[in-house]
Amino acid sequence: MLYFEDFAPGAVATHGPLTVTAEDIIAFAEEFDPQPFHVDARAAENTLLEGLAASGWHTCSLMMRLIAEGFLLSSASMGSPGIEEVKWLKPVRPNDRLTLTRTVVESRPSKSRPDMGLVKFAFVLTNQAGERVATMDNLIMFGRRPTAVIGAV
Amino acid sequence: MAWFEDVRIGETIELGTYAFTDENIIAFARRFDPQPFHMDRAAAKKSHFGDLCASGWHTAAAWMKLRVAQLKVREADRGINEPLEAFGPSPGFQDLKWLRPVYAGDVVRYTTRVTEKRELRSRPKWGMVTSRNEGFNQKGELVFAFTGHVFVRKRLSD
Repeated sequence: MLYFEDFAPGAVATHGPLTVTAEDIIAFAEEFDPQPFHVDARAAENTLLEGLAASGWHTCSLMMRLIAEGFLLSSASMGSPGIEEVKWLKPVRPNDRLTLTRTVVESRPSKSRPDMGLVKFAFVLTNQAGERVATMDNLIMFGRRPTAVIGAV
Repeated sequence: MAWFEDVRIGETIELGTYAFTDENIIAFARRFDPQPFHMDRAAAKKSHFGDLCASGWHTAAAWMKLRVAQLKVREADRGINEPLEAFGPSPGFQDLKWLRPVYAGDVVRYTTRVTEKRELRSRPKWGMVTSRNEGFNQKGELVFAFTGHVFVRKRLSD
């Protein structure tokens, strides 16, 4: 189990890869973001994205899955208050293989809740060519490591 | 709102509502956010959320769903055959906040309000529109907000 104390500033880890297919891209977009460049490969050719690309919200959701499976599910996570910034830098294309790198930017104990600490992360999502396709900066709250009671039987 | 020139700063547009259910919350979580409080009611009751609640990314994606649907309706009203043609992709967003949990059974009403529009030197055929976007639950409580940006096509010159 990972606690607040396990996320030291400067620590870097990598999660994934995860491959996204054309079917995944179209299925997400048909449900949540049916703009031509996310659902129709031919129509997408004549748009700014110059071909089928994942919805940015799909990209964020894939980052979430990499975060969950990469470390959050085995941590004392207490959720996130939000996202400072996401940049969608390059289109995520069918069959892209995505890897997430996380860097701990800073960490501090909560003033109001002694059982909790806040960790600020910088996430970078890269494709199989090593290109940065998205970045995300946000806080995640974690429980503090329970202190061992010295001398307890 | 068809072209960049038509975008009006300050107008709040109602996008409609999205109903969060056990089924759609769990289906989204299984694909993207398999934390126990998004997947399983019994586990959620024991968590700090107290009950089954939606992934924050599900809350965000539902805003987008209603935004696109609203654009299609508006374009259809105007008799334009190419819905959405004025809207391009987005370079990103800032200041996204999940202010309260969105629980199964909640109905969230979403809005968008243009806060800024600017010309782009690098892309003379396009402008950039910035909006503050919000979601309120059935009690009127703000549950979700973010500031988004989108490329919008300028009116085609003949």
